Amino acid sequence: MQTEIAPRPVADADAEIKLDARHVNFFYGDFQALEDASLAVQARRITALIGPSGCGKTTFLRIFNRMHDLTPSTRATGEVLLDGHNVLDPDTDVIQLRRQVGMLFQRPNPFPKSIYDNVAYGPHMLGWSKSRINDIVEQSLKDTGLWDEVQNRLRRSALNLSGGQQQRLCLARALAVEPQVILMDEPASALDPIATLRIEELMQDLKKRYTIVIVTHNMQQASRVSDFTAFMLMNQRRAGEVIEFGPTDDIFNRPKESRTEDYITGRFG
Amino acid sequence: MSRPLVRIFLDRLVAALIALCVMVAAIPVLVLLLFVVIKGLPGLLTPGFFTDPPHPQGVPGGGVLNAIIGTLEIVGMASLLAVPIGALIGVFLSEYGRNRLGDTVRFISDVLTGLPSIAFGIFGYTVVVLTTHHFSAISASVALAVLMLPVILRATESALMLVPQALREAGLALGAPSWRVTVEIVVPGETAPLLFTAFGNEIVQSNPLQPMGALALTVFRNALSPYQNLQDQAWAAALLLVLLVASANILARLYVRRIQR
Repeated sequence: MQTEIAPRPVADADAEIKLDARHVNFFYGDFQALEDASLAVQARRITALIGPSGCGKTTFLRIFNRMHDLTPSTRATGEVLLDGHNVLDPDTDVIQLRRQVGMLFQRPNPFPKSIYDNVAYGPHMLGWSKSRINDIVEQSLKDTGLWDEVQNRLRRSALNLSGGQQQRLCLARALAVEPQVILMDEPASALDPIATLRIEELMQDLKKRYTIVIVTHNMQQASRVSDFTAFMLMNQRRAGEVIEFGPTDDIFNRPKESRTEDYITGRFG
Repeated sequence: MSRPLVRIFLDRLVAALIALCVMVAAIPVLVLLLFVVIKGLPGLLTPGFFTDPPHPQGVPGGGVLNAIIGTLEIVGMASLLAVPIGALIGVFLSEYGRNRLGDTVRFISDVLTGLPSIAFGIFGYTVVVLTTHHFSAISASVALAVLMLPVILRATESALMLVPQALREAGLALGAPSWRVTVEIVVPGETAPLLFTAFGNEIVQSNPLQPMGALALTVFRNALSPYQNLQDQAWAAALLLVLLVASANILARLYVRRIQR
């Protein structure tokens, strides 16, 4: 069933929409956490979700690769189209979906394995050849700026790396399965300012090849890194809604909604 | 008294109470250990203690060779039976057991933990001795295996629960099927060391119903005998058991440390 088209972030009709969430509702048991949330994510751009705590940003993000399946008694309705295919469809191959839509979490979560094994985990699982795995490990570590730092200790435990390095390793691990979309759930919230900057710089490189959706508490971060921004807020029933969505420059400088302006200018939240 | 003084007094008081509780718990253990070492060490150092089979009552000398071999055999066989089954059930409980079936298994396991070990002895007797028509180490092993099962499965479950959910999510978000996440990420993370500890503790749990030599049995039987040399042997066997359990635990810890490096 095709529902009414979601609001476009840009007037540009030729823009390629990679991920298209339409009228998504989400429930934890009886509690509705998201109400009629729509978002059209443009390919090879960075889209930021901002809003106060509890407004459903992370919930929304985790629907895009069906991570909500892991939480018992949750339910999502509406559509999330990835290249036109509805990922919420019960027939969707979740494993395949998650290989296309990778994820970076709030806290670095490397496996308690070696640096090499962390990055090689996905490719190994896909049954790639040894030489192809070696190539992709090197490439992914180069893409995340880690190669020079770790190339002499690939066999050492990933847990000895610093927090910032661990987060970049997790990013390399996600890149190694060659996803198309990368979801980032406050990827820098556990990192110091320098490590945060590294991640933000990486995002600018990565968006040439990947579509990125980032949840962030940090408005400055959203305005620095993203091309488009969606502002979310809880309604009276405590369900999250998308209040305004558009080019980041518009949201931060020319918001149409007074609630967006209040939040951006720090009047609440 | 001014408020800060009350606060400092209360702080000291509670600290003192806690220290007292620790002593109440620790002193009996330390006294017992000291006692076993003092009484058992001479017997342990007697020539032939480790290498000789027991002599008939009243005949001086003799050792506990049979009991040592018996203990190792029984514990080994029981572990071979109980560890794989218990570990698999533990994996099930932690990874797929958030439901009624899991709760039922947990409940049964708790009931099993509460049963007196003599009940397991009778079980081993009924199942193995009566069907094979003779006593054997296998009956003891089967009984011990059932006795170990709840301990192992709960140890496995709680070990796996220590694996952060974030690691499972990391694996699943890469498109790994959940069985692979369990086998390749969750299980290698925690289980092996804890299992090690769990079955290290089982050496002492042997059961005096079985005719085969076992250290616990030696302690039990010899301690009740009127002969001084057998009583000494009982003390020495008790010390040996303590040492075996302690070294199993220490080995487990060293192993854990090596893995975590």
